[in-house]
Amino acid sequence: ESEPENKLDGETASDSESKSEFGGVVPAPAVDDTPEVLNRALSNLSSRWKNWWVRGILTLAMIAFFFIIIYLGPMVLMMIVMCVQIKCFHEIITIGYNVYHSYELPWFRTLSWYFLLCVNYFFYGETVTDYFFTLVQREEPLRILSKYHRFISFALYLTGFCMFVLSLVKKHYRLQFYMFGWTHVTLLIVVTQSHLIIHNLFEGMIWFIVPISCVICNDIMAYMFGFFFGRTPLIKLSPKKTWEGFIGGFFATVVFGLLLSYVMSGYRCFICPVEFNNDTNSFTVDCEPSELFQLQEYNIPLVIQSVIGWKTVRMYPFQIHSIALSTFASLIGPFGGFFASGFKRAFKIKDFANTIPGHGGIMDRFDCQYLMATFVNVYIASFIRGPNPSRLIQQFLTLRPDQQLHIFNTLKAHLIDKGMLASSEDA
Amino acid sequence: YSKIEERFGELDLKNDTDIPEVHQPTDRTPEILRKPLSGLSYRYTKPKYLVYLIQVKCFHEIITIGYRVYHSYDLPWFRTLSKNVKNYKYCIARFCLFTAIRITLHNMRMSFVLYCTGFCMFVLSLVKRHYRLQFYMFAWTHVTLLITVTQSHLVIQNLFEGMIWFLVPISSVICNDIAAYIFGFFFGRTPLIKLSPKKTWEGFIGGFFITVLFGFVFAYFLAQYQYFVCPVEYNSETNQFATECEPSELFQLQKYSIPSLLQALLGRETVTLYPFQMHSIALSTFASLIGPFGGFFASGFKRAFKIKDFADTIPGHGGIMDRFDCQYLMATFVHVYITSFIRGPNPSKLLKQLLVLQPEQQLNVYKALKLHLIEKGLLPPSFSLRG
Repeated sequence: ESEPENKLDGETASDSESKSEFGGVVPAPAVDDTPEVLNRALSNLSSRWKNWWVRGILTLAMIAFFFIIIYLGPMVLMMIVMCVQIKCFHEIITIGYNVYHSYELPWFRTLSWYFLLCVNYFFYGETVTDYFFTLVQREEPLRILSKYHRFISFALYLTGFCMFVLSLVKKHYRLQFYMFGWTHVTLLIVVTQSHLIIHNLFEGMIWFIVPISCVICNDIMAYMFGFFFGRTPLIKLSPKKTWEGFIGGFFATVVFGLLLSYVMSGYRCFICPVEFNNDTNSFTVDCEPSELFQLQEYNIPLVIQSVIGWKTVRMYPFQIHSIALSTFASLIGPFGGFFASGFKRAFKIKDFANTIPGHGGIMDRFDCQYLMATFVNVYIASFIRGPNPSRLIQQFLTLRPDQQLHIFNTLKAHLIDKGMLASSEDA
Repeated sequence: YSKIEERFGELDLKNDTDIPEVHQPTDRTPEILRKPLSGLSYRYTKPKYLVYLIQVKCFHEIITIGYRVYHSYDLPWFRTLSKNVKNYKYCIARFCLFTAIRITLHNMRMSFVLYCTGFCMFVLSLVKRHYRLQFYMFAWTHVTLLITVTQSHLVIQNLFEGMIWFLVPISSVICNDIAAYIFGFFFGRTPLIKLSPKKTWEGFIGGFFITVLFGFVFAYFLAQYQYFVCPVEYNSETNQFATECEPSELFQLQKYSIPSLLQALLGRETVTLYPFQMHSIALSTFASLIGPFGGFFASGFKRAFKIKDFADTIPGHGGIMDRFDCQYLMATFVHVYITSFIRGPNPSKLLKQLLVLQPEQQLNVYKALKLHLIEKGLLPPSFSLRG
């Protein structure tokens, strides 16, 4: 039984802790999923180190997978995000079913998946309408779908709601309401996050890659620092986390973020917003780099000048933003991990699922990403991006003629004011 | 105490019949939830503040029920928990969440910061051995927020579209409630749904026709007054909300020809109606057919948690949620209806966004708009020669 050997497992509750809490009732042991290949290769190591190696190899495999899908481009990324979202949803709902033993209510599974479908339809529809405006306007069925999009999504959701009410079975009301609530909270957490990730992706792949890598780096660095220097425990919820790991991980992540953004800002394919090209009917990632991604000279404060010996440094402005992103990833990101640990303790499960050998389910890997996606989206909307011009034109075209003229004239006056237009234009 | 955890787990799996009754409380709500409510009561009379007040009250009622449900488990350690200071901590966390979502109406950044704070406080306040309870309350809070806060936000948006979009839907739902009750009282025979044994098919159908008629007549009456019909706008000069405008096409009388079938009945060839009355038929239909599902949902909820009423706020009627249960879906429907079929985007908001763009983007937008307007003939074509 490899259970007691999982001392190096920093993410999930340790068994000695759980034993004392649950009074001797230990959660059911996880089935050993490790592929045969790995088992044979590591058969001569003791089970403790074997587990360490399995985790290590899988970590490298996941990182390599990450690089591959980045190489494949934005569309593939979008598909992968969608798949991950569905798998996460499935994992959490399965936990709900196991907790409540509600497999006997078959309507419920159908309804949960149906709600997932509705919410996804709504969000994808909004994204498609926003970013692929010209494509949508061209194709007739898409145009009607996009015009009445909200109405259609709402009608779909309502159907699900009415089915739920009609499916309420006497004596099982509470259970059904619990599952209803469970489904909605899961949708809120998992689906909105994944859609925000996709929005970030469309802003430019760098806004997708840097935040996710910062969270992963923070995970690994905090683990390493904790392993070598860890002494003071951080929070009772996760006894493996230490203050040394936390702080060390913070600094390492900030440095990593700076370096990674420096490397990535040099390549157009990462920094340009993803756009749909009408002529070639495909996605292009080509543009004039914005100010954020052009090298600028910054003066180093006198204090640091003596240390480094330079007067100025050339950096991308984006690197300053990456400091903010890494800081959030190291300080608040771990709370997502604590939340997941608490959740697992509350429902007495060791891992979310057994998808990845040595690591648990997909949710185990993504728990620290919960808030990151929302943060990046809010950050972009607040500090970086203005509104999308093509979307504004689209809205303009739906206005009444007198409103259109009014806006046009105001815009003209504004541009003349700014000196962008020759003032010989008549009002 | 592992027995306690197990018992907790057992109670979740048991049949509803085995779960104990939830007693109406002597109000055990922590002080922090009551203080803001007491200040809000009678100072604000504008409809917007009334909606806020109702929203807070509904939220309060549902959260109180959540507390009571868990009190009813009557587990010995729970009593100590309720007097415990730790209780206070996750009240604060919950209130942060709540405020956060409310402020989303105005400011995304602030609300996200508040939400994160609430989230972190929740994680920090997790008490050993009470994890499951706390996660339940977390989920309960979120679902409640989703339902009450989003609905009230949409109600306010509808309100700003014009008070008629606020009054007609709400009165249709109320009318349907009353009409279905009256029809059921006099003619009720076939039960409608096992969930609410008092509802009958006769009440349902009778209520439907009455509500459509009522909506039709009420809309005719309200559409005449500018006060109800105009979008609410903030006049920066007088620093007030003003409702004055040129009534849009929807609210101008038009002649409609009656189909020949009905001509014989009514003896007239044409009838002058407001176009809005057609829309009111759609609204009333929704209110009578789908609105009751909100009521069934609330009945199921009360059965599931074995409570008779949401609260005791209104004597004889129960809590605010009891009165508003049928309105849940109505507000969302009206909003979706308006955005899909009626309203275009808001011009002043659009202008604001245009002015925020980068200068090069503004220039591009300007050129695109100019081309469009010339095409439509709104601008003299001589413009195309310059700029």
